[in-house]
Amino acid sequence: MIRLAVISGKGGTGKTIVTATLAHLLHKDMMLADCDVDAANLGILLAPKRIHAEPFYGMKAAVIDPDLCTQCGLCFDHCRFHAVEQCDQNYRVSPIRCEGCGVCTFVCPAAAIRMEPRICGEICLSATAVGNLAHGRLQPGSGNSGLLVHAVKKTALQQDKKGDLFLIDGPPGTGCPLISTITGMDAVLVVTEPSVSGLHDLKRVVAVARKYSKRIYVTINQFDLDESITRSIEVWCMNEKIPVLGKIPFDPAVIEAVRSCQPVMCSPKSPAAQAIQALATKIDQELKVL
Amino acid sequence: MKIAVASGKGGTGKTMVAANLAFVVSQSCDVTLVDCDVEEPNLHLFFQDAPAVTDVTVPIPVFDLQTCDRCGKCAEFCQYGAITVLPDRILFFPELCHSCGGCMLVCPKGAIHEEPVRIGQVTIVHPSSRLTLITGILDEGKPHATPVIRAAKDMSRDAGIVICDAAPGTACPVVETLEGCDACILVTESTPFGLHDLHLAAEVADHLGVPVGVVINRSDGQDKKTLEFCATHELTVLMTIPFDRGIATVQNRGGLICRQSPEWQGRFAELFARCRELAGEIQ
Repeated sequence: MIRLAVISGKGGTGKTIVTATLAHLLHKDMMLADCDVDAANLGILLAPKRIHAEPFYGMKAAVIDPDLCTQCGLCFDHCRFHAVEQCDQNYRVSPIRCEGCGVCTFVCPAAAIRMEPRICGEICLSATAVGNLAHGRLQPGSGNSGLLVHAVKKTALQQDKKGDLFLIDGPPGTGCPLISTITGMDAVLVVTEPSVSGLHDLKRVVAVARKYSKRIYVTINQFDLDESITRSIEVWCMNEKIPVLGKIPFDPAVIEAVRSCQPVMCSPKSPAAQAIQALATKIDQELKVL
Repeated sequence: MKIAVASGKGGTGKTMVAANLAFVVSQSCDVTLVDCDVEEPNLHLFFQDAPAVTDVTVPIPVFDLQTCDRCGKCAEFCQYGAITVLPDRILFFPELCHSCGGCMLVCPKGAIHEEPVRIGQVTIVHPSSRLTLITGILDEGKPHATPVIRAAKDMSRDAGIVICDAAPGTACPVVETLEGCDACILVTESTPFGLHDLHLAAEVADHLGVPVGVVINRSDGQDKKTLEFCATHELTVLMTIPFDRGIATVQNRGGLICRQSPEWQGRFAELFARCRELAGEIQ
């Protein structure tokens, strides 16, 4: 099974649209995962039917028993995450700030603090027309997004390891959720756009991807919005020996497709759909070589 | 007053709104702009200048193998699986470490001390007399963004007017950015993606008690569902920016629409006034 993650560095470059469309065009026995767990959108385009859902437990969180607490303040002094708050002489732990390290329980002389399991979201498995989709939903404001990404990938791979392709819609950025997403993948496809921000973020995410992934490909979305920056991106990719597998033109049909929550822009007249078809063909060839 | 600019969905135009807003405010007041999207900071592309650079470090444990008797209490305590104790050595995985200091506390032999390790940088530039830009930059390949965001925000502590540009999403980097802010602008676009993520981001701001206003960006006029959502959830729509290739070109090339256009300057000045209302500064 080949593992391919679609990432971007900069947000909003079109990862999800490209992923959903590729899923339809690649015609493979595939498993999908949406690893953008704090703003998961792949499901909006794939009309998933839920098969299974379970709570996601993140790191445990500290809870102070006010009856046992002697207000000594040692937990407050030792917490590196500023999670212990003092209000009206009492100490309490902010569940949003607590990173579950357990230092407060260790230093508390009154054994007034215990670590409790905490539900931070949900892990789901759903059926779609193109294959099963593992996805998560992080409770807004919760930490643990890297852990949830790991759990979503695990859910997907437990289902099916015999398929041809494991296709992931990744998160933006370069931090914890992105690293958790691209760990163990055979290849990443970076969707970028012709803007100074797009190119800057492409360079950063490629630097990170090089540490974790064997192959890196690039596609330039809405390339015709600024052809001079598109050329700069192509030159940079050539110098870095990163194949640009396709360029997708700006096309109002894409927004229309998203607005109607359509799984794919399958209108053969849509220039963007044609470009993604060409991209799919090239990816298919590349995946055969992997 | 501290204003956060956030979005849920990426690429909706947070940086564009934050940069233009700061530019307009700096025409009449001192303002500090903080780039809290430390994984992919972009504001510096719009205000290029030679920066003053400070490293951001976090403490990580260092093990004295002479004193250590391999009891394994540190590894047992570490909730992040960052330490494995073997008979002849200790394996430490710095990317898993949260710098909680627990291993050092539990070590019965006092064989662990901490040393700072760099995870990112904060840069400061003064693009004009009244504008300061502070940028948090997470080193490539480092997972933990929040200490860098905290360091960047700390440097703006004494500033009067602060505008923080957040990362996309709704997870800990956004929480770290929004905490302590008096108002939050959520930038969205009128698509099911934009609306879905606006909903989530509004929940985060609500949870943190930060008042929210919405900016609809790249509007092609089909904003009915977004407007309905805002009305239902009592969110003020502060501004609507139309989709326009001209605006996109200026932004894509690292420019500011307010630099050239008095009309946009006026509209962003109005946005600032509405943020002050949102923050309760003016009635």
